[in-house]
Amino acid sequence: MKNKKTINRVLKLIRPYTYLVVSILVLAAVTVAATLYSPILIGKGVDCMIEKGLVSFPDLKLVLLQLAVVTAISAISQWVMSLLTNKMTYKIVDDIRRRVFAHMEILPLRYMDAHQPGDAISRISTDVDQFSDGLLMGFTQLFSGVMTILGTLGFMISIDGRITLIVVLITPLSFFVANFIAKRTFTMFRLQSETRAEMTSLVEEMVGNQKVVKAFAYEKEAEEQFDDINQRLQSCSLKATFFSSITNPSTRFVNGLVYTGVGIFGAFSAIQGRITVGQLSSFLNYANQYTKPFNEISGVVTELQNALACAGRIFHFLDEEPVPENAADAKTLDQVEGRVRFEDVSFSYTSEVPLIEHMNLEVKPGQRVAIVGPTGCGKTTVINLLMRFYDINKGKITLDGVPIQNLTWESLRSSYGMVLQETWLKTGTIRDNISYGKPDATREEVIEAAKQAHAHSFIKRLPKGYDTVMGEDGGSLSQGQKQLLCIARLMLLKPPVLILDEATSSIDTMTEIRIQKAFQKLMEGRTSFVVAHRLSTIKESDVILVMKDGHILETGKHEELLEKKGFYAQLYQSQFCNV
Amino acid sequence: MKQMLQYLKAYKKESIIAPLFKMLEASFELLVPIVMANIIDVGIQNGDKPYIWRMCALMIALGVLGLVCSLTAQYFAAKAAMGFGTALRKALFGHINSLSYNELDQIGTPTLITRMTSDINQAQTGVNMMLRLFLRSPFIVIGAVVMAFTISAKLTIIFLIAVPLIGLAIYLIMRITVPIYKKVQSILDQIVLHTRENYVGARVVRAFSREKDETEQFDEISGNLKNTQLYAGKISALMNPITYVMVNIAILCILWFGGWQVQIGSVSQGQIVALVNYMNQILLALVALANLIVAVTRALVCAIRINEVFRVNSSMKEGAEEKNTQESGKPRVVFDHVTFTYGGAQEASLTDISFSAMPGETVGIIGGTGSGKSTLVNLIPRFYDATKGSVTVDGQDVKAYTFRHLREKIGVVPQKAVLFLGTIRSNLQWRKKDAKERELWKALQIAQVEEVVKKKQKGLDEKVETGGRNFSGGQRQRLTIARALVGEPEILILDDSASALDFATDAALRRSIKESTGNATVFLVSQRAATVKNADQILVLDDGKLVGKGTHEELLKNCNVYKEICMSQFSSQEVAQL
Repeated sequence: MKNKKTINRVLKLIRPYTYLVVSILVLAAVTVAATLYSPILIGKGVDCMIEKGLVSFPDLKLVLLQLAVVTAISAISQWVMSLLTNKMTYKIVDDIRRRVFAHMEILPLRYMDAHQPGDAISRISTDVDQFSDGLLMGFTQLFSGVMTILGTLGFMISIDGRITLIVVLITPLSFFVANFIAKRTFTMFRLQSETRAEMTSLVEEMVGNQKVVKAFAYEKEAEEQFDDINQRLQSCSLKATFFSSITNPSTRFVNGLVYTGVGIFGAFSAIQGRITVGQLSSFLNYANQYTKPFNEISGVVTELQNALACAGRIFHFLDEEPVPENAADAKTLDQVEGRVRFEDVSFSYTSEVPLIEHMNLEVKPGQRVAIVGPTGCGKTTVINLLMRFYDINKGKITLDGVPIQNLTWESLRSSYGMVLQETWLKTGTIRDNISYGKPDATREEVIEAAKQAHAHSFIKRLPKGYDTVMGEDGGSLSQGQKQLLCIARLMLLKPPVLILDEATSSIDTMTEIRIQKAFQKLMEGRTSFVVAHRLSTIKESDVILVMKDGHILETGKHEELLEKKGFYAQLYQSQFCNV
Repeated sequence: MKQMLQYLKAYKKESIIAPLFKMLEASFELLVPIVMANIIDVGIQNGDKPYIWRMCALMIALGVLGLVCSLTAQYFAAKAAMGFGTALRKALFGHINSLSYNELDQIGTPTLITRMTSDINQAQTGVNMMLRLFLRSPFIVIGAVVMAFTISAKLTIIFLIAVPLIGLAIYLIMRITVPIYKKVQSILDQIVLHTRENYVGARVVRAFSREKDETEQFDEISGNLKNTQLYAGKISALMNPITYVMVNIAILCILWFGGWQVQIGSVSQGQIVALVNYMNQILLALVALANLIVAVTRALVCAIRINEVFRVNSSMKEGAEEKNTQESGKPRVVFDHVTFTYGGAQEASLTDISFSAMPGETVGIIGGTGSGKSTLVNLIPRFYDATKGSVTVDGQDVKAYTFRHLREKIGVVPQKAVLFLGTIRSNLQWRKKDAKERELWKALQIAQVEEVVKKKQKGLDEKVETGGRNFSGGQRQRLTIARALVGEPEILILDDSASALDFATDAALRRSIKESTGNATVFLVSQRAATVKNADQILVLDDGKLVGKGTHEELLKNCNVYKEICMSQFSSQEVAQL
């Protein structure tokens, strides 16, 4: 049922290429027919030379001419068929890959936070590849395979029905053998891959954390654990490898039986004069070839099933609900003042666990809001709601009096600038990264922003300055330098509202002081939300939100909260207790 | 390469038997067309049915023998290859364990993991294929030509021309396509990279409304991939038609010139059939050989990479001292004019550092990122060797001790809180294998994580997943602290180990460590002034230099860097309060 749906959708993908599919099928038929006809011609050629003095050269010439033509037809049609198959496959795959990526870009963050990036990556890379290999290439293979079997049968019957019967009767034995072995080896392979996974995770642990291993002088113990798995791996790999390698020789043996069978009966028929020697040689040729498409087809069928599963996963991903597009009447704010209001806001990530309930907050333009609390208390949730990475369940969040759901995505998000503690940089040049929010910024603007973020001095010292290309996630830059770049990215935009996950934890003290100053300047006259770790930030804020376990425990100014002698006061004092 | 082969040494017998039996099998296979030719020429010509039966029995016998030989070969090849892989894996793991931090930094752990896993597996498969096929395919090609020669020397000329040409065609096509497929692979990597980047950075991409540009960029990479694949496909699509045409031309020649030979009586009809068969066998063998070459090249690249790791040797010499040399009243750790430069670095990370720490003393180390705090404490367990000067523990240079003895004195809590697959108990017993229940609980209590473990259903035997991912960052950090405390180390090093803890827990942790470690020397590395301010001695580092040494009060008075750090973290009024 589910497969049927998937197949239907795959067919829909192929529909625009119907002309290609038809041509491929026709060419496959031509190739198979021509390829199968050549053994017959070779046999005819052999029949032209009975024995000494009995060679008919005019006939031989004619046969060879035919052979040449058939060979050419077969080769050309096979070549064109491959080209067309490639064209169709890669086009469809390219199409799917783009759609999956584009879909990823509009998935809600709720989905992305709940799923590992690995899922999306395997949809785009391995699944798409297996789909193309299996379903599209497999399809043509399957078709030519079936054609070959039918064609061979036809040609064989046209020569001699009884010998054909021998071939048809013995051949299944080869499947039986292959199947028998495959079943037996399946468990061995599973054991091998399990042991291998065990080995890999041990290696990842012990080598990946080799420094810890050394620090605890744990090398010997690690080696003992390793040896144990290594021994087990050796014995199960040996079994898996050996038993799986039985398949080829065994099927070859069965093929040999078929060949011999054809030899005996063919020879007897030749003595009786029912077939010629040339026909016998054609038969032998077919006997050799006959089992091959069977083996191929059984491989293709598993691959097809696998590919179908991949296609199913891809479609499933594409079916995930994306974020809504901008409504037709969505507003755009021109001049953002930075008035933010939470009106009776309730929100939870899962319906069972309520998180924020009936939250009210009024932030006037230019005010500074500090969010404090122990790690994992849900400070980032507030950021998620402000930027509408998640939609609230109840209530209203407004920006300059407009509910944020009524704003266009671009308008809402360009009103905010954020620096998260987890820095994110793209592979690309430093300049591209700084101008990420304003791709058309001039070089001067970029340098100016970098200077304001105190990033200019280290960028200058990089081998290619602003054109230095960074590897994945900032490459060799230090965490502090990466954070400086993220800050520079904001300096270029100067958005009306700032969201800062106090990103200064790993910047050295001197730079930090300067950044604080730059931030102060940036925050002047701007509404800002700061996830604060630092007392100075907290104290100077207009509003402090104290959070714990996802709830807002207290709100107010520093002095008010201290007087309350609540959780905030406790947090604050813990810094001064004498130990 | 020689070095790699030594891991096959234990399997000498297997490595010889496997290819030998493969060749035997191949020879039986080569005999089949001759037998068939005899059936045609003798059996059919003379109508000799018993002869045909005998020949067919012979063919089945050849088949059985071939099967037996082949299975023997497969078994020994698999045995040798797996043995090779196992020995190599063990040797490499041992080698990695012998490297010092210096070499680990140079090579990088992700690289080492790849070498240990996929590279060794590839090399193992390569050995297996080599043993099975490397002799077989050439043997069949040469054998088929030799057999053709026994039939007709003149017609063999066709073989001598056709075989190199077909081989060359296959080789050329492969040589062009293999690099293109490599390029395809690297574009695939780009696709993965771009996808991961966009997934992980979704918040930033959306915050800047760059979704469309990112999608366009992806489309470009994807289009590039498509074009490269199409190009590679175009060339590899030539493979089958070209070889097919060449073989058929060769067969055509065999038939035509063979016709003349039959006419003059030097070759029989059955022999012509045999020659055609040999031609077909050669094609199959050449294609197999070409694939084999590709696979073996890949394995060879892996082998070379593995070898590179073997070539890196530990830059440290282990000492021999195993006795305890601590005398009472003497300092436990002494740095004497220590300068340290990382391998390959231009500038020193630590310059001329001198201090000493007594038993029971707490030493705070503070400074910005990159100031050398972690580097300093890394010299105590001898993770690195000082470039100049000396580091002394219990009156002996650290270089004099065996690694195990030195490191058993020290409990280290690294910056990155990693736990290992197993149970809480197995993780806590890293320093001391036979640590008793009571010791473990005590460590947990000091590390402020007792409650967490008590709440777990299975207590100490609660499962720890790889990397400790079933614990929160703060819990992991406290568990790694407990791990270092088990067995009461003489020296405890906390390298910024409380970063994931809130102020209150951090304070409680420091208090309990202070109270319960008694005679141990404790090193506290931190960026927070609040963390180190109560230490007996604070070392202030700036850019690798020791710019201040003393108590909090002293430093506030006479160390500018320290004062600045405090001021950046607290208001001036609060600093006075500290």
